[in-house]
Amino acid sequence: MFGLEKKDMRMLMIVAILTLCAPFILNPFPTDSALAQFNAGYPDLMQRFVIFGIFAIGFNILFGLTGYLSFGHAAFLGVGSYSAVWMFKLLSMNVVPAIMLSVVIAGIFALLIGYVSLRRSGIYFSILTLAFAQMSFNLAYSVLTPITNGETGLQLTLEDPRVLGVSATADGSIPVTNLFGLEMRSTFEMAVGPWAFQFNAGYYLCALILLASFYLSIRIFRSPFGMMLRAVKSNQQRMNYTGLNSRPYTLAAFVISGMYAGLAGGLMASMDPLAGAERMQWTASGEVVLMTILGGAGTLIGPVLGAGFIKYFENIFSKINDNVLHSWFSFMPDGMEDFVVFVIHPFIGKGWHLTLGILFMLVVIFLPGGLVEGGQRIAGWFKGRKSSEKSASGKTNPAE
Amino acid sequence: MDAILLQIFNGLDKGSAYALIALGLTLIFGTLGVVNFAHGALFMIGAFCAVTLQRILNLSYEVIDETQKDFLGNPLKVKTPYVESWFGPEMGGAIIDWAVPLAILFAIPIMIAIGFIMERGLIKHFYKRAHADQILVTFGLAIVLQEVIKYFYGANPIQTPSPEALSGVANVGAVFGMDIVYPVWRIVYFCFSVLIIGAIFSFLQFTTFGMVVRAGMADRETVGLLGINIDRRFTIMFGIAAAVAGLAGVMYTPINSPNYHMGMDFLVLSFVVVVVGGMGSLPGAVLAGFMLGILESFASMNEIKSIIPGIDQIIIYVVAIIILLTRPRGLMGRKGVMEE
Amino acid sequence: MGILEVKNVGKRFGGLQALSEVNLSVKENSVHAIIGPNGAGKSTLLNCLVGKLIPDTGSVMFDGQSVLGRAPYEINQMGISRVFQTPEIFGDLTVLENMMIPCFAKRDGAFELNAIPSVFSQKDILEKAENMLEEMNMADKRHMHAAAMSRGDKRRLEIGMCLSQEPRLLLLDEPTAGMARADTNNTIDLLKQISDERDITIAIIEHDMHVVFSLANRITVLAQGTPLVEDDPENIRGNPKVREAYLGESA
Repeated sequence: MFGLEKKDMRMLMIVAILTLCAPFILNPFPTDSALAQFNAGYPDLMQRFVIFGIFAIGFNILFGLTGYLSFGHAAFLGVGSYSAVWMFKLLSMNVVPAIMLSVVIAGIFALLIGYVSLRRSGIYFSILTLAFAQMSFNLAYSVLTPITNGETGLQLTLEDPRVLGVSATADGSIPVTNLFGLEMRSTFEMAVGPWAFQFNAGYYLCALILLASFYLSIRIFRSPFGMMLRAVKSNQQRMNYTGLNSRPYTLAAFVISGMYAGLAGGLMASMDPLAGAERMQWTASGEVVLMTILGGAGTLIGPVLGAGFIKYFENIFSKINDNVLHSWFSFMPDGMEDFVVFVIHPFIGKGWHLTLGILFMLVVIFLPGGLVEGGQRIAGWFKGRKSSEKSASGKTNPAE
Repeated sequence: MDAILLQIFNGLDKGSAYALIALGLTLIFGTLGVVNFAHGALFMIGAFCAVTLQRILNLSYEVIDETQKDFLGNPLKVKTPYVESWFGPEMGGAIIDWAVPLAILFAIPIMIAIGFIMERGLIKHFYKRAHADQILVTFGLAIVLQEVIKYFYGANPIQTPSPEALSGVANVGAVFGMDIVYPVWRIVYFCFSVLIIGAIFSFLQFTTFGMVVRAGMADRETVGLLGINIDRRFTIMFGIAAAVAGLAGVMYTPINSPNYHMGMDFLVLSFVVVVVGGMGSLPGAVLAGFMLGILESFASMNEIKSIIPGIDQIIIYVVAIIILLTRPRGLMGRKGVMEE
Repeated sequence: MGILEVKNVGKRFGGLQALSEVNLSVKENSVHAIIGPNGAGKSTLLNCLVGKLIPDTGSVMFDGQSVLGRAPYEINQMGISRVFQTPEIFGDLTVLENMMIPCFAKRDGAFELNAIPSVFSQKDILEKAENMLEEMNMADKRHMHAAAMSRGDKRRLEIGMCLSQEPRLLLLDEPTAGMARADTNNTIDLLKQISDERDITIAIIEHDMHVVFSLANRITVLAQGTPLVEDDPENIRGNPKVREAYLGESA
């Protein structure tokens, strides 16, 4: 179906079920229970899951397939956000033109930056993209203030000259983003016993776009183009002596992944119409690198898993504070309880970045293949000796 | 003419910092073949060595001074730093005042130790792995170091003044028969970095150790074949590079109050410096460091900013991109280093 | 007029004159060997032919067109394929995928944004690659990781990849270097078979005289960056100049 192999179709179906049923899956605990803090079925959080999923899927097309490590992809996300907000300001509150513009503008940016950066490979490429990203950040933060509104960030105002639509609603507030009239923020709440499930229009738009992006990335992975990209990673010398020009291949991959980033940025602005320079900082680029690697670079499902994993734990970790910890460890003797809380304290709340950094190092050191590889290893243990015979043939399909 | 000279002077301190960090980066890259994204963090840790020493020196105990009363008539509690009670108020006060320069002595063993631990504990395992992995793991390490510092010292910049005697301004223009007033500490910083750079170069030039390292930079395998234990030497080299970055950080604290993310800010620019200078070229790193520092300072002149607004924010990147496109090897890069 | 005409080619690296006044004419459908002692400039010459180096002087014409100043991939698209000293293959890809890539390069040219259809929907490519694998006797290894194969198999795969491009000139750079005797003989047989059955010219750089004299029907001897003699194998064997170049005897 859809021109996919059975195995890929199954994966697409799994992702589809997971995303479409996310409001249920992510809210397993009744609202009043103590465990409700582990729920993640809130519209803004779920939106973040899928938007960063799209970002990581796109990044993986570049990094996972060609091995070119870009440290500047957040710039495209930021560009996408700015374009979308400008579309809201000038044209209409409908998200369709905004998202389209953000993809196009991010694509143009990626073409320019990629054209220059891809003249070099390896670490030079990483440093060049890093320099471009930092330059874009500086431009957005201060130089181009008329376009980006500098430090404050670009926001909607009551004076926006919207061509199709009104500057302000009848009650004097800023109009909200919508999809042909369907408001992105509209949420349907369903109460089932002690549970409350939230179905948000914006989330479902993002989820559908994620599925489309995921489907497209499967097609790219399985296409001759995708094979060429893997060939670039494997042996560029052989590629050039096989009559293939590797530069347009890498540039195409760069632009496609830049457009994915722009799409993610556009969606971000569509859910919450503001854009700030901090989205373009190179630490933000580092985050998407981390998501991709944590999930499993070069695998199809990896980036989605990585994005979900990091955004989920970011949310949980930031919510935990010392009081929560004390309540968890209250069963321990007093001194020990304090000690445990003291040890864990640096990693929670505002310490999330520390945890993230440690996680990053551990994954690169011990699990370069990310969660997907980890899963395969665990599956291997269960299958026992059978897997050792299979591992040779299993390896032949790196785009699993 | 005055204005031009002033801008050159203004660029020197930043240029010195770029040059020192870039020197360590390119030394590590040239010898170990590793791209160290945590090098900026070493600069930052150096700066926090100065902060730490300053805090240690200011450790005080409280005494009740019967001669002084507060407004209720109670005896006043007076804080006295231990140093002052040990060395007497004058000597002790001077020690506290000179905390930043003293921190050099404090930072050298710490930085070398950190460098050793980093190399032996982490980097060593990444020699044979892809450059992307090296970048990623050191990037992770940089985040960790930065967050640890933030945990202990907070997110706000910490004031670390230079010694009283060096905190004023001097008319450096007098030498040229002109009137250029310039902070003394920045002159100190420049001289200090020239000293360090000179020391590194002569160390590499005139010692057997340096000779082996230079040979190793040119051709690692052959030197290894000669039966020379280059690995140990490279570990020491890493320690030295860490110390250089750390000292650059120590001395930079009076110029810019240290905060936890200063390392990252300098790292990106130092990478640009290394690339512009030529990967693996030590003179290139120094030259490019000063060049870009001065260029940045020129770009921030009001006359230039009024023509091209915001040029000071992006000039370094623009120059780097132009140089990389026209001279992919950098200003002084050697052939065959990091080329496909 | 040969298919490959090298005229007065010179190349200098700093103080070293690597090549000077090299003239070489490779006839169509011949097997032409270029031999010479270490440092004679064989590899430099080869690199000038495939676009990795640009000579300082002279001209290199392939089939009446100059190759100078063209990128390696362009020269390859003109019909020159190169086999490396150590096999250069796509180690992370399967053997079948390795074989399909040159087929795509032949069909679609240097770049084609063919991003939507599946690789395996390209029946013509698949068939061609499978046939070539059969011919190379490695059809049973088609789903193996290329990097996991033995050196001899990698060499076969590389030669097969070059052949799937249907090149007019196949350049081999010491194809048997570091091989065991049995593998060397297999490679000789394979190359013989290729030159007999196909409409192809082979130029080979080789150290091993056994390989050279089993394959070549024309030999150029290079010494100190310049051709010493070009002749048929029988005449090369007894040529005193060649002996001198190899053994370093002064006349």
